[in-house]
Amino acid sequence: MTAIATSQPARTPGRLRRFWRHNGAGYLFVAPSLAFFIIFIFIPLGWSFLLSFQDFGFRESVFIGLDNYVALLRDPIFHQAALNTVIYSIFTVAVWVLVAMILATLIHPLPPRLRTFFRAAYYLPAVTSAVFIALVWKWVLNANPWGLANYLLSLFGAGPVGFISDPSPFLGANVALWSVILSSVLTIPAVGVVLYSAALAAIPRELYEAAESEGAGALAKFRYITVPLLKPVTLYVAVIYTIAAFEVFERVYVMTGGGPGYATHTIVYLIWRTGFRFSEYGLASAQAFLLFAVIATISVIQFRALRSDVEY
Amino acid sequence: MATESEVSDRPPREPRPQMPTDDLREGLPVPAAALPAAAAPPAAGGRWRRRRERFSSLIIVVPVALIALFPFYWMVATALTPRAAAIRVPPSLFPTDATLDNLRSLFETAPIMLWAFNSLLIAAAIMVGHVVFDSMAGYAFARKRFAGKALIFTLIVSSLMIPVHVTLVPRFILITELGLNNNLLGVIAPSIADVFGIFLMRQFMQSLPRELEEAARVDGANEWQVFRHIVMPLSRPAVATVGIFSFVGAWNAFLWPLIVLSDRSLLTLPVGVALLQQEFSTNIGLQMAGALVGAVPMIVLFLLFQRHFLEGVRVGALKG
Repeated sequence: MTAIATSQPARTPGRLRRFWRHNGAGYLFVAPSLAFFIIFIFIPLGWSFLLSFQDFGFRESVFIGLDNYVALLRDPIFHQAALNTVIYSIFTVAVWVLVAMILATLIHPLPPRLRTFFRAAYYLPAVTSAVFIALVWKWVLNANPWGLANYLLSLFGAGPVGFISDPSPFLGANVALWSVILSSVLTIPAVGVVLYSAALAAIPRELYEAAESEGAGALAKFRYITVPLLKPVTLYVAVIYTIAAFEVFERVYVMTGGGPGYATHTIVYLIWRTGFRFSEYGLASAQAFLLFAVIATISVIQFRALRSDVEY
Repeated sequence: MATESEVSDRPPREPRPQMPTDDLREGLPVPAAALPAAAAPPAAGGRWRRRRERFSSLIIVVPVALIALFPFYWMVATALTPRAAAIRVPPSLFPTDATLDNLRSLFETAPIMLWAFNSLLIAAAIMVGHVVFDSMAGYAFARKRFAGKALIFTLIVSSLMIPVHVTLVPRFILITELGLNNNLLGVIAPSIADVFGIFLMRQFMQSLPRELEEAARVDGANEWQVFRHIVMPLSRPAVATVGIFSFVGAWNAFLWPLIVLSDRSLLTLPVGVALLQQEFSTNIGLQMAGALVGAVPMIVLFLLFQRHFLEGVRVGALKG
């Protein structure tokens, strides 16, 4: 690295040498990261795209055109996984965004030290691997009468419910999937709270004071000042949470193992199983690309729907 | 901050949030200077209303914090509960005859220290990679001029839009070809740089004054020396944020280590503890003890470096 500008052979044509003198340092500083992104992200991206049109074999692979995609679109397990992922994402993202916005608004007027305390308390689960949190939820939601959730139900004369072991239909999905969703929405959207908090601090106080002098209550202020002005952050938070929700894996792996049956299969769980349990690389790549297409479409829709030119 | 503490000293005039607020306030240090104010009569009804409004949110905020922290409590409580007591009905919210048996049997049945060491090694290596490579790239994007700079930056940032799962299979083939399957290096290599760090370093370095760098160049420092001895020391806050985020992220990573690592002795804590759950599916105390051992280091790290975490989330958001 110390040899940065000195490695030029003397006979380099003058123009090239000049180009290097002006650009070389920049390239050398960027090179390791750029190489990383090319090797581990962009090449695999293209490779994966090619794989999705192949019947992969460790000896030889055959191009089979759209067969993987056609097979997936006809596959009931893929349908179930896709539907589960969509239901999971809609509910968790909606709740997370709403909860993050409300919590940030509620802790905003508190004295700084309390505000920091709550932000930290909410953030704690976010620094813990989802595996460990999911393990606790699995324990809380277990079907036995000593499971905490079932004990609470029994106090009201209900249950026991096989929260994560019951695939019977419930509210358009199934009990097990709703239990996974429940465990997710009870996890505080910490990143959202922090982002909304930062954005709230930037809203001029005069707006609220003006509203108060017109007699606006807390709800009216929230509805007509806070929500509209936070719209850009809402867009960002919705997009990152949508991506996170579509990629849900640990929670499913730990709590239900995708089961019972295929009741809680999500797309990423299916990709993992297809690719790394059954080594069906071509099919797994096709699944991944369908997921990619769905995420991209939803991100575009969210950008369109929430785009606004907020100024204050 | 101090003036709020006076509320409980006075007879309540209006209904106000009760238990939760008082509990929390007790924990707060009250500057002595504020105490005389507590004896003064309330200035006006408006002040009271405002204060009530300000603190009424605690009715919601406190229970939500309890929900957020509940999994940790239940993890600790179950880990300390003897195996027989854990499946008693009704379940006890507090560990009645607390014991360290679960932790002891965890250390006996699983190579938990080895897993912790693997996690540490992977997290440390990835952290160093991020700090070095992200800073270098961030410096180039903040300070250097070179043809194609905007294009390269856009390319790198655009990789955020690519879900990690699209690249899993080819990455695994690549790692296998390199002979790094079932090897800690196979976990480390594909995470050695990242967008977030590059972005954050670039933001931070753009805000630094250029004079020092120019002075160093006048004194004959080469590009690397300027970066290493001038820019990096000045960027310490950003480096700390990138380092901590990378470390925690790598420590908690699950899917990729699950795919790459298969030897029991090579697992990381999250993968190992998830495996324990399959091996000892009925021994809940053991599972919770494992979760505890995996979670505690990151919680301690978070409590120590809280400011960097919250700052990192905020700065990372600026790109919008």
